[in-house]
Amino acid sequence: MRREAGGRGDPIGLRGALADRLLVALIAAMALFAACAVAGQAAVSQLAQRWQQGANAAITVQIPNPSPARMESALEALRTLPAVREAREVDPARMAELLRPWLGDVAGLPLPGVIELRLADLAADPVLIGDKVAEAVPGAVTEAHGVFVARLAALARALSLAALGVVLLVAAVAASVVVIAVRAGIAARRDSVMVLHMLGAADRDIAWRFARRTSWLALLGAVLGVALAIALLWALMQLAAPILPEIGWQDLPWAGLAAIPVSAALIAWGATILSILLWLRRLP
Amino acid sequence: MPPFSVTAGFSASKRLSETARPCETSLMVRFGRVALAYPTSQGHPGQAALRDVSFALGEGSFTWLLGPSGAGKSSVLRLMQAAIRPTSGVVSVLGTDIGQAERAALPALRRKIGVVHQEFRLLPHLSAWDNVALPLRLAGRAEAAIRQDVNEILDWLSLAAKAGRGPAELSGGEQQRIAIARAIITRPALLIADEPTSELDVFEARRLIALFAEMNRLGTAIVVATHSEDLPARHPARVITLSEGRIIDAP
Repeated sequence: MRREAGGRGDPIGLRGALADRLLVALIAAMALFAACAVAGQAAVSQLAQRWQQGANAAITVQIPNPSPARMESALEALRTLPAVREAREVDPARMAELLRPWLGDVAGLPLPGVIELRLADLAADPVLIGDKVAEAVPGAVTEAHGVFVARLAALARALSLAALGVVLLVAAVAASVVVIAVRAGIAARRDSVMVLHMLGAADRDIAWRFARRTSWLALLGAVLGVALAIALLWALMQLAAPILPEIGWQDLPWAGLAAIPVSAALIAWGATILSILLWLRRLP
Repeated sequence: MPPFSVTAGFSASKRLSETARPCETSLMVRFGRVALAYPTSQGHPGQAALRDVSFALGEGSFTWLLGPSGAGKSSVLRLMQAAIRPTSGVVSVLGTDIGQAERAALPALRRKIGVVHQEFRLLPHLSAWDNVALPLRLAGRAEAAIRQDVNEILDWLSLAAKAGRGPAELSGGEQQRIAIARAIITRPALLIADEPTSELDVFEARRLIALFAEMNRLGTAIVVATHSEDLPARHPARVITLSEGRIIDAP
């Protein structure tokens, strides 16, 4: 009876040459890192968005007895400051609308005039801005809570970019791991590769055989890694549940997580094809 | 050994005549003032392996390549199978100039040449059957046609019962016959063999040469490199004798 060992799909014997378990384990570990980075990036990105909304008015200035002259003086003083990008009076009608839930109908109640500032430079000192406006309009009060929030939002955006950087780094390391595994595979099966080459196998045919194997192993490893990451994220969500009751499965970046195994397989495929073709170019 | 039928199963010779692009219709191989120097590890040309080698082999010829170890026989065969390119001179095989051909054109040429090595070079991870089928699969033949051809040639070589075994489970003679089956399964117009009998006993060696003679009778040009003067004496044919990289006798 005809033996099925090797089979037509694996004449080079790659099943035993590519350190399958090690490659799967390494890709799984990297997929785990990538999945955590993707989830972290999504969470931080959401936070940044939320914080950014709160930081729209980085500084507010309250002007008691808001006569048109006092408001104009305050606006003029603020607009001369280089740190201020925009100074805009909040419409009194909008103010009344905003306060209605707390104060009811505020008609007749003396309200301060409010000026919203957007800063050109978040590092600007809000105390100095407050001093300037108080010089021009005595009694003016400056609140700078938004600066802190804006700085948090900027930090969150930076973290989000860093997470993307981690994903790219993991992808590069994964490609390197695949290249190293493929080189080891070629070294282990050099004679078989040479026989195939001399029997007239085209370079792309040999490369395809390696790529099919490595991309399958990468896909397998990445699925395992992402599954582990999902389990880990679920555990984290359980820990966060008491303080963030609204958090749930729907908050996970499913599209990004699903893209990881596909990306891993594609990266393995590309890295293998390139690596094998470059090696075969040395042969006549 | 059952009779070999050229009309059954095998249709590779027809395909070969359809796809080959010979520039010299009667010549299989032509060497013109060929020199070869293998590069050193630093990439510089090393000591000359071949010097001023010229000869031509016609369709359906049988040629012994004779000479002691290191004479240059294997280098000549490696040039013939497009495994290396000449340092200078012209090597034309089945109409393709090996020195000038684009790299992408060489796999198709190699698929038209059958090669038998001294050390068999079977793929250890495949069964005997799959080893024989490999050239047909590389050529993109349909599995049904492959099955028929491989079974037929294994029958012809009395190896049908060993088809499912791996190379390590076969004797030296059986491995050599599998290697030959792999070399001729595509019905190449040119079959080259490098010291094919050196690992075989006398009986297997005679059987192998008889097989080559049968292939030659069916139209395949055959080149056999050997250091044994006994084989050409038993099976008279054209002899090209090499010594220190030069042809010293080529009638």
